[in-house]
Amino acid sequence: MKYVLLFCGTEDDAHRYDTMSASALEAQLAQVGAWFADPRIRGGMRLAPGSTATTVRFGNNGDPLVTDGPFIEGKEDIGGWAVVEVAHLDEALAMAKAWPGKGVVEVRPVHQSEQG
Amino acid sequence: MFREEAGLLTGGLVRLLGDFDVAEEIVQDTLLAALERWRRDGIPDRPGAWLATAARRRAIDRLRRNARFRQKLALLEVEPAGGGEPDDRLRLIFTCCHPALSPRARVVLTLRAICGFTTAEIAGALLLSEAAVAQQIHRARRKIVEAGIPYRVPDAEELAARLDPVLAVLYLMFNEGYLSSGAGDPARRDLAEDAAWLAALLTRLLPTEPEPLGLLALMRLHLARASARFDAAGDLVLIADQDRSRWDRAAIAAAIALVERAGAMRRPGPYQLQAAIAACHAEARSWAETDWRQILVLYDLLLRLSPSPVVRMNRAVALRWVAGSTAALAELESLAAPLDGYHLFHAARAELLHELGRREEARAAEERALGLTANRAERALLERRLKLSPGAGA
Repeated sequence: MKYVLLFCGTEDDAHRYDTMSASALEAQLAQVGAWFADPRIRGGMRLAPGSTATTVRFGNNGDPLVTDGPFIEGKEDIGGWAVVEVAHLDEALAMAKAWPGKGVVEVRPVHQSEQG
Repeated sequence: MFREEAGLLTGGLVRLLGDFDVAEEIVQDTLLAALERWRRDGIPDRPGAWLATAARRRAIDRLRRNARFRQKLALLEVEPAGGGEPDDRLRLIFTCCHPALSPRARVVLTLRAICGFTTAEIAGALLLSEAAVAQQIHRARRKIVEAGIPYRVPDAEELAARLDPVLAVLYLMFNEGYLSSGAGDPARRDLAEDAAWLAALLTRLLPTEPEPLGLLALMRLHLARASARFDAAGDLVLIADQDRSRWDRAAIAAAIALVERAGAMRRPGPYQLQAAIAACHAEARSWAETDWRQILVLYDLLLRLSPSPVVRMNRAVALRWVAGSTAALAELESLAAPLDGYHLFHAARAELLHELGRREEARAAEERALGLTANRAERALLERRLKLSPGAGA
């Protein structure tokens, strides 16, 4: 089954990277790199912070409205994602638990029509 | 009988069909059909085999109608009848109690798939509407299928963490049944008995795990005292006032042996400690002879493992008998914020306030407790105390 892992975190989590020493940051990035080297990962990306997002929202009349910021205003923000292909939820959860970036990881199955 | 068979049947079918949803539905249909049939024709000689055959027949019918499972048909037709290894039920328990399901859904699914409750029985046992239960089952089944919740026993390294929600479901089931037994309608299925049966099953399936033993011992210690919990009028009697000659001494001794067996594994846990506390109460020949110091030591250990406000509250209640009511009340007052919505907190507070002669406050706390519980027997006890006051609790 395919799952999308959504890596979320608070602003504090994001700022942690800004204040890390060069060697600590390097070590952290190496861990993330090692995590992404898993052959069960089918793709993924790190996103720029939510403050850089712009949202297009279709109103009731179907017209698009452009607003600043991410579509959910909140403390937590999606920092990246990965698609994994595994046997079942427990395997996807084990991968999420091993995520070196910490914060919050949402494990969401890909829709049945896309499981292929 | 149905409880023994339902989990076996469902477990076996899930393994064969690889589909929790379908298997569970077939078992429900089979059990309902059996009930009707047996009521009319009498119970067959080997009911287990009858059910297994009927369930398999239904599964085959179902598969014929469903192209997706056609390749599995061959497998089902050669498998011998009654193919339910205990392993299947263990897998089923871990599926039903998966942390990806809501705690309420875990209880509902466990009752349904493992204990073989009908939707109406679940609704009755959990005081929910049938529609709400049906909805919950429907949603949970969909989640199992769509989120890919597996049908497997967790690996050794995940087992401890995955066992927690399983034990929590069983304990919740037990409490729901135990607290309301004798107060509800007699046709209600006894959840407490079902929960103890499941805990016993778990100890057989996972013989090297101490916490299921602890939980089983805890349940059996409660059940051993069950008949003394209500007086002739059907009113709840607190442990201090119970007629201890009505406690089942043999059952208590057997449960304590379970606590000791778990203890010998040298991996203490919250259920073992709660069982040890219950054992202290059960072993005391009178309320006055209760070993409160030992109980306090056990609560301290328990607090280290699960530092919850409710455990702290229970420790404060025990503290009363070691350090006095003033010390106990001070400890209790510090828990007012997290426990304000919990009726037993106010009931315990009321008792200490009575003890200290603060009657007005005690009465207010009792009224608060009464306002917070829906349980009939508990309400009756609190109402009785309110009527008796100002002398009550002394």
